[in-house]
Amino acid sequence: MSTAPTTQIQLPLEPEAGRRKLSTAKAMVEAIAQQMHTDEKVFVMGEDVGAYGGIFSSTTGLLDEFGPERVIDTPISETAFIGLGIGAAVEGMRPVVELMFADFFGVCMDQIYNHMAKIHYESGGNVRVPMVLMSAAGGGYSDGAQHSQCLWGTFAHLPGMKVVVPSNPYDAKGLMTAAIRSDDPVIYLFHKGIMGLGWMKKNPRSIGAVPTDAYEVPIGKARVAREGKDVSIVTLSLSVHHSLDVAEKLASEGIDVEVIDLRTVVPLDREAIVASVGKTRRLVVVDEDYQSFGLSGEVIATAAEALPGGLKHVSRVAVPDVPIPYARDLEYSVLPTPARIEAAVRQAVAG
Amino acid sequence: MTVQSALSATDRLNLLRMMVLIRTFEEAILREYHADKSPGFDIGAGLVPGEMHLAAGQEPVAAGIGAHLSLGDAMTATHRPHHLAIAHGVDMRKMAAEIFGRETGLGRGRGGHMHLFDPEVHFSCSGIVAEGLPPALGQALAFQRAGTDKVAVAVAGEGAANSGAFHESLNLAALWKLPVVFVIEDNDWGISVPRSASTSVPSNAVRAASYGIPGTRVEDNAVEDIWAAVGEAVRRARAGEGPSLIEVHTLRLWGHFEGDAQGYRGDLEGVPGRDPIPTYQKHLTDAGILDDGAFTEMGAAASATVEEAIAFAKSSPLPDPADALKYVFTEGAQS
Ligand SMILES: Cc1ncc(C[n+]2csc(CCOP(=O)(O)OP(=O)(O)O)c2C)c(N)n1
Repeated sequence: MSTAPTTQIQLPLEPEAGRRKLSTAKAMVEAIAQQMHTDEKVFVMGEDVGAYGGIFSSTTGLLDEFGPERVIDTPISETAFIGLGIGAAVEGMRPVVELMFADFFGVCMDQIYNHMAKIHYESGGNVRVPMVLMSAAGGGYSDGAQHSQCLWGTFAHLPGMKVVVPSNPYDAKGLMTAAIRSDDPVIYLFHKGIMGLGWMKKNPRSIGAVPTDAYEVPIGKARVAREGKDVSIVTLSLSVHHSLDVAEKLASEGIDVEVIDLRTVVPLDREAIVASVGKTRRLVVVDEDYQSFGLSGEVIATAAEALPGGLKHVSRVAVPDVPIPYARDLEYSVLPTPARIEAAVRQAVAG
Repeated sequence: MTVQSALSATDRLNLLRMMVLIRTFEEAILREYHADKSPGFDIGAGLVPGEMHLAAGQEPVAAGIGAHLSLGDAMTATHRPHHLAIAHGVDMRKMAAEIFGRETGLGRGRGGHMHLFDPEVHFSCSGIVAEGLPPALGQALAFQRAGTDKVAVAVAGEGAANSGAFHESLNLAALWKLPVVFVIEDNDWGISVPRSASTSVPSNAVRAASYGIPGTRVEDNAVEDIWAAVGEAVRRARAGEGPSLIEVHTLRLWGHFEGDAQGYRGDLEGVPGRDPIPTYQKHLTDAGILDDGAFTEMGAAASATVEEAIAFAKSSPLPDPADALKYVFTEGAQS
């Protein structure tokens, strides 16, 4: 059995969160603004990122602060402007490009996976593409099959791009700072349900403490969101909050749930997964992406490879390979709801 | 407004009647959408959750197209589809039921307002900008191969005309002389981005020249001019002369979607004065073919139809959550 190495490589220390609270959206914007101040090569581009401030408030206020040369509204020409971002990055600029919804990647996927993601490799490491492609993911508000997908598994399956998925304001800022500073292309997926938007049902944890200064949350490092010894929930994004709620509820019954927030899909913190499952021996993966051929299978494979014969329970709570339905009751019957997570945890400890 | 001699008084009244019916429907959806979203607007709450893109102001485009199409002709629309669906003859009750997420809806509550499919009248739409255009080519190809004179009309916004799918579709339709009519609704805005910041030419009609097909721009949201331009394009398509592109300078009377505060919009003050319905009402009144009584009657008839559809939708059953996995594949198949 392998467990987490006892001597961890010391990563840059994340600062204490402090007391100042921000919404996830504001935390993201603050990270972008700080990097724009320190590095004139950083610019923001996408549909409605200017006067509108981003449909999900990911760029609010940036136009006023930095002007239209650095905060650029684009036509609805995703292939062209994402490709343009790549070219600008190749020449040393550091674009933060927004694709409004992750669901729209289909119209520009060639630029993303054959170009943005492969240029560094194809050039034998000689050409860098220091670009951030940010996009909104996730459902839960009846926006239908073309506007509610997560799709991080799809991006993650294709080599060459880092994929980060914050679950809270602190991570949102730290991961955005790390993404902008990274010399690799980074896909930054934010779930609409964690942004803290006034016009969407708010998750209470979508507003949280965020340090004022710039800091990085290292890409590729998971977080133990809650320690526990009976069962590990490995998850990310909005599902972290559902999982924490379930864990708190079950604690009163003596079920001790550990919640791992992956924070990054690529690179995946396999050590953190193995360390947690090695301890609890029971694994529930919660993923708002489609179930088959994706992140949930990868997490389980990671645990199974590292702990042969050592697992007492494995299951997953994901979207059961169906397009996200429009009608609310249908949608909530396929999303990884707290009820479904709770049922899975109960089953895990029953066995 | 140019008067088209080919339009009879009845035709003209029908254009207005269609515009009134559409507006009545959109106003009813607006009312129902906001009815239970307070206190504090929550996009996911209420009887009609999710994004809602309404087409108030764009009725002339739908009425002008619909007048030339008959059963068997196809239409593909956008994320802002209701006006086009109504003018194309999509069943209003089933459409309303879909918007309310009911089992009786066009898509049994699975699709929602941006994803309306009515095979009876060959209607579809897409929430992905410009991606409704290419399927119209295939429908046109099928009509051509079957030896019919049916046409496909593909509608998109001026924002969509900057995407690859638009240009690829025009080229292919022109190359294969497909019976397609492309209609661009230029409402000046792609969400918050004005056309001046998105489009390199003053009119998308000129882009038709790149593909060797006729391009026409209709100014002023003028329903009779739209009717005339679409009539010529449909005639060409039916006669086997290939596709055409029409751009209409229309009007987005309300926000991009409901809840849009439109802080970016500098033209709002003049917008109500450009409402095409009172404009056309006055036009027909001045021409002596409409009086206030007849207009009121039109409104009452529209209300009756719309309210019946809304009532049908509201009283229809919700889909059973246990059936959420149905319809991924045809019967019996599973992933
Ligand atoms: C490929 C794609 N990119 C972006 C969007 C987000 N989006 C939805 S509507 C819209 C504006 C569309 O403008 P236009 O084509 O002019 O149509 P209008 O909304 O004005 O009717 C945008 C950017 C989308 N749905 N699909």
